[in-house]
Amino acid sequence: MQGIEKLGEYFEYPFVRYAFLVGLLIALCSSLLGVTLVLKRFSFIGDGLSHAAFGGLALASSLPVMVKELFTAAANGGEMSPGAAKLADALSNINDMVIVLPFTLICAVLLLRTGQNTKIKGDAAVAMLSVGALAIGYLLMNRFPSASNISGDVCSTLFGSTSILTLKKEDVAVCVVMSLVVIGLYVFFYNRLFSVTFDESFTRAIGMDADKYNLLIAVVTAFIIVIAMELVGSLLISALIIFPALSAMRVFRSFKSVIICSGVISVICAALGMTISLLASTPVGATIVAADLCMFLIFSVIGKMKNT
Amino acid sequence: MTEQIICRDLTLGYEGVPVAENLNFTVCQGDYLCILGENGSGKSTLIKAILGLKQGMSGTLEWSGGIRRGEVGYLPQQTMVQRDFPASVREIVLSGCLAGCGHRPFFSKAQKQLAADNMERLGIAALADRCYRDLSGGQQQRVLLARALCATKKILLLDEPVTGLDPKAQTELYDLIASLNKQGTTIIMVSHDPGAALAYATHILLMGDRGQLFCGTAEDYKKHMGGDLYAGD
Repeated sequence: MQGIEKLGEYFEYPFVRYAFLVGLLIALCSSLLGVTLVLKRFSFIGDGLSHAAFGGLALASSLPVMVKELFTAAANGGEMSPGAAKLADALSNINDMVIVLPFTLICAVLLLRTGQNTKIKGDAAVAMLSVGALAIGYLLMNRFPSASNISGDVCSTLFGSTSILTLKKEDVAVCVVMSLVVIGLYVFFYNRLFSVTFDESFTRAIGMDADKYNLLIAVVTAFIIVIAMELVGSLLISALIIFPALSAMRVFRSFKSVIICSGVISVICAALGMTISLLASTPVGATIVAADLCMFLIFSVIGKMKNT
Repeated sequence: MTEQIICRDLTLGYEGVPVAENLNFTVCQGDYLCILGENGSGKSTLIKAILGLKQGMSGTLEWSGGIRRGEVGYLPQQTMVQRDFPASVREIVLSGCLAGCGHRPFFSKAQKQLAADNMERLGIAALADRCYRDLSGGQQQRVLLARALCATKKILLLDEPVTGLDPKAQTELYDLIASLNKQGTTIIMVSHDPGAALAYATHILLMGDRGQLFCGTAEDYKKHMGGDLYAGD
């Protein structure tokens, strides 16, 4: 009872309501796409991209510091030119998204290309790109720190921060619009995505451009990962994408029911995870993923019972 | 006889290296053409060319008699992805109607009826709400065949349709394909199995290392090959 009162109190604050709205929308989008990614054996794209996004974020946060240092060095320890100072200022003022999103999109296209190319060992190339981005990202953050607490920064980028509670109205608006676009695209292309997922050769044979849809999937995945990084951090995003889909597939046997169930599971787990994390002050991302994991176990048991 | 596919001096290859040279054949309405050949003889490449997914290095492949590029119903080989795909039979058969959707996002009533009719025709109407992965291999092939029929009624291209089926299911599937052929659908089947090819097909195209070894009616093929059905040169 005390918990419910406390929760009611929390919901008085607009930032808590924003966080819930954003969290639930992200969960819904990622679970919708997750079904397609898991079935197409594209999970690796989600995983690779989340690491790439970490690299992108590290680049975005260390770029102003890097520019400052480079120009100071070029001026032989003297004052750097006013132009360079302006550039550094401008870089630190722009939203990180401006760098992270294009970076992740480019990686998405690259991953799709390498992932499908069996000649150069697609999976190895993906692993190379994702670990590479992770290492370079950490290197940049360490060498050009934008704040004094590096390990704190790294930790919050990897495992999600409390920044979901400090979202501004604009951030919420951006996130809501992006989520609605993703959901709209998914509904509009639903039948085509089904066909491309189930049978690419047949889809090509009836004259549809399967590559176009693969690209669409990769691009939308990149978008979702960039938005979701705020919520659960880059290491845990994959969980948000694959767990609901896998849980739903344990029990349901048609594509539509799997999609709907996956969305419902994901939203419930996100709500549950955020509530628990508010009440028990546990990390948001990890709590949501733990809830997803529990749900997966429950659905596995139900699936087993249904089959026997 | 209306000609549907006309192939003249077609050479297919990858990056300048030919895998099948000087293919010459014509497929007419109501034909049952069986394409025989060992692995590496360029059968899969020829399939792509017939579907309009691959350009020849030289020569031409034309669709005529009311067939356009992308209007060949295709039964591809099964992939690993499909074996445990959570989708109902109805969803899969309906996806064959996508070609007729244009820019519309959803299926029309007429298309849903077409899917239902095709399921009825192939005897899988009772399975409509079953999950694809729970079906037997033979039933799965019928589902994919129904999907191909939703894309077109005129001509079907089957890529080794009986692979992995037990003998009884194989015979059933061959009989089903033959009955579709009798109802007027042109069949092009790629196969490993010369015995079945001779039992059902009206025409045979035999492919060897560098291209076409034989093309003609099944009767002529028997004479041409004598006792040895498969060996080429």
